[in-house]
Amino acid sequence: MKKIKLVMVGNGMAGVRTIEELLKLAPDMYDITVFGAEPHGNYNRIMLSPVLSGEQTIKDIMLNDVDWYQQNGITLHLNKKINRIDRKNRVVYAEDGTFAEYDRLILATGSNPFILPVPGKDLDGVIGFRDIHDVDAMIDASHKHKHAVVIGGGLLGLEAANGLLLRGMDVTVIHIAEWLMERQLDRTAARLLQKSLEEKGLKFLLQKETELIAGKDGKVSAVRFKDGSEIPADLVVMAVGIRPNTALAESAGIHCNRGIVVNDTMQTYDPRIYAIGECVSHRGIAYGLVAPLFEMAKVCANHLAEMGIGRYVGSVTSTKLKVTGVDLFSAGNFSGGANTEDIVLSDPVGGVYKKLVIQDNKLVGACLYGDTVDGAWYFQLLREGRNVSDIRDHLMFGQNHLGDGGHAGQNKAAAMTDEMEVCGCNGVCKGDIVKAIKEKGLFTLDDVKKHTKAASSCGSCSGLVEQILSSTLGGDYSATPAVKPICGCTERTHDEVRAAIRDHKLLSIPDTMKFLEWRTPDGCATCRPALNYYLISTWPGEAKDDAQSRFVNERVHANIQKDGTYSVVPRMWGGKTTAADLRRIADVADKYAVPMIRVTGGQRIDLFGIKKEDLPGVWADLDMPSGHAYGKALRTVKTCIGSEFCRFGTQNSTQMGIDLEKAFWKMWAPHKVKFAVSGCPRNCAEAAIKDVGIIGVDSGWEIYVGGNGGIKTEVAEFLVKVKTAEEVLEYSGAFIQVYREEARYLDRTVHWIQRVGMDYVKKRVLEDEAGRKALYQRLLHALSVEKDPWKERATEGVAKHEFEILSV
Amino acid sequence: MSNWIRVAPLSEFPQLGARVVRHEGKEIAVFRNAGEDVFAINDKCPHKGGPLSQGIVSGNTVTCPLHGMNICFEDGMAQAPDEGCVGTYPVKVEEGVVFLQI
Repeated sequence: MKKIKLVMVGNGMAGVRTIEELLKLAPDMYDITVFGAEPHGNYNRIMLSPVLSGEQTIKDIMLNDVDWYQQNGITLHLNKKINRIDRKNRVVYAEDGTFAEYDRLILATGSNPFILPVPGKDLDGVIGFRDIHDVDAMIDASHKHKHAVVIGGGLLGLEAANGLLLRGMDVTVIHIAEWLMERQLDRTAARLLQKSLEEKGLKFLLQKETELIAGKDGKVSAVRFKDGSEIPADLVVMAVGIRPNTALAESAGIHCNRGIVVNDTMQTYDPRIYAIGECVSHRGIAYGLVAPLFEMAKVCANHLAEMGIGRYVGSVTSTKLKVTGVDLFSAGNFSGGANTEDIVLSDPVGGVYKKLVIQDNKLVGACLYGDTVDGAWYFQLLREGRNVSDIRDHLMFGQNHLGDGGHAGQNKAAAMTDEMEVCGCNGVCKGDIVKAIKEKGLFTLDDVKKHTKAASSCGSCSGLVEQILSSTLGGDYSATPAVKPICGCTERTHDEVRAAIRDHKLLSIPDTMKFLEWRTPDGCATCRPALNYYLISTWPGEAKDDAQSRFVNERVHANIQKDGTYSVVPRMWGGKTTAADLRRIADVADKYAVPMIRVTGGQRIDLFGIKKEDLPGVWADLDMPSGHAYGKALRTVKTCIGSEFCRFGTQNSTQMGIDLEKAFWKMWAPHKVKFAVSGCPRNCAEAAIKDVGIIGVDSGWEIYVGGNGGIKTEVAEFLVKVKTAEEVLEYSGAFIQVYREEARYLDRTVHWIQRVGMDYVKKRVLEDEAGRKALYQRLLHALSVEKDPWKERATEGVAKHEFEILSV
Repeated sequence: MSNWIRVAPLSEFPQLGARVVRHEGKEIAVFRNAGEDVFAINDKCPHKGGPLSQGIVSGNTVTCPLHGMNICFEDGMAQAPDEGCVGTYPVKVEEGVVFLQI
């Protein structure tokens, strides 16, 4: 089959990202030609500031060198500016006469710096800040001259000014508005910023309007203002904004309105022609940051690959200034308005200012100066549109980082040195991450995970890694999307997949993948376990549990260890055991020469170093039920001894624990689930850090939910107080069933509650009595179809092939 | 070269799964994809020696159960951005029976 001809005009970040995404989806579909007006491959434009300041070189910021195009069979024309599109015959022409025919065309012409239309704008020494050429001109000027004037006190202007200052020039920033970065900061934050930049040596002239640029012998010599004052200048950098570059599209009669107008699939009014990046206007907005452009690239590639399910629906952007030592963050509507409420923390002496803007119980804007640790969290709340009424009282104090383990109590990436360890699981230091971001052109948390392994194991350092990304890349890093696809095999989110399985009664993984148009024939190790869980939790007894889609531990019903042996944890109801059980465990340990026996933190006994082929024998000899210590399932129900023996005990917590464990064991869940029952408020069973924690008091039982003692310590929240043991079962069962039905795979209860809010949980479990009873019944039904997996395998020969080695 | 060793009927290999074959103390992972194709590689991940036979199979790739490295069992190569490879063995299916050359 003849390949479709795809031509791209423009060789910048948005365009090349589109090609990269397209090559991933449909590597052989198109014959690709790229025209670039600059003499370079694709470089990381957002890293021009560090190049200017001397912290990096041009070589460091190359994303795709010329070899890359060759390796991917792309015809690359550098230094060739396209100036005509013949839409009728579908040909583009460059200034030098080079031409290319197309079946599909991508316009990625980017933007131009806006040059103020004042007399003297064409003098030698007046430049924009847009490309490598501009940076070279600035560096050259810094060697020869002294006075630099930057017109424009926005993000780009301040970064240019900072770079020139570090190059040894005397720099004055001219700004027309009352304060700096007025589109990103409110007045107070901007004052703090100005003060700290002045301490570095920058000078500012605010509310000054440029009248003309004066010159001598064709070269710039001064800038004069409308109020008559004047300052000397050897170099003038115009950074007053960018304008989408629409000249080519307009000349071809393509509809433009402050940008090339595109629809949600990035097509222009000529559907064969796509436009992407800073040159477009989507729903009336032209974006100038990289994160939205990458989202557009994904959608455009998806459409070009004829997948047809991606839509771009606009982006919320955040801003971070790439000036070393200055920490500021802003996002959304930070200035507020008539129907908004502000929460403000202001400490001008300490150099900290934080403002949060709330509307209809949702966070709609944030402006942080001096302490931006929680920027990523606020940005996430903002994009998710989560109701924050239940966390409003401590919203300003940020996400509680105190419980994070594994990185020496650090929660401010900016304060860390390059040698400090960020990822305690894989031993990755800050310097490694920064280096990988710069050298390999990484933009997202997922990129960093893949290339450095940081945050790829327990994930507790994800927040730190996101901070490092944002401080290295500035506002241009691609924050993890609020709702993202399950994995690379699909565009569908967890919630969409769940809904489809429920609404269309999908009963198998192949059916689900077919119905939802999975891209890969049989998914991957990320999506298949999730799909399997969604199927069996939605249709218990009807959907088939697919062993091949379960992680090894759940397939084999034991925990794999680093040497490939397994550990076995039999269930001990409520932590209670007997001499007979202990004797059998001891006999098994002798018979199979178990190298290590250990008491777990969950009041059970763990036998380590069991060979896989011995597992069925071990289970048969133990003759105890599976403890599910290996599964995303109910693990232990930890108890204290309670009123039967304890002089303080108010309730029989051991028996309550046994009852709960016998009722809910064999329960699969989105993640592991731990219960605990304490017999009095001394809480010896540590119920406050369990998914469901029960605390006995003289008048009944208190139920707490959403605790977590792991990666990040979270204290469980009070749900309800009940009188009887039956009520404990019903309320806690109903709670866990909502979690089973609605949480995303791999959400612990705390993560799910943080997303939906405690009010929602109370509504479902407390306020709706009929709903609660129905939830509880559904849980009991789901449990009724589950069998003890050890018994089946030990005595009924289930999954025999799994445990047999073929000797040849 | 006709030293093909008979292993077991194909029906004893789960689709999207693997069996471990032991030969002179050496463990070889024999994979079956979603169809009828079988592949044999050393049962040892190049990363930290994890038993690849125990991983989740998709396409012609297995994800190591220990730390998630993806290995293509067709050619034994680790998938980018990871690096490394494992040894492969010739394997064939004849009249519904899997044969291996070691």
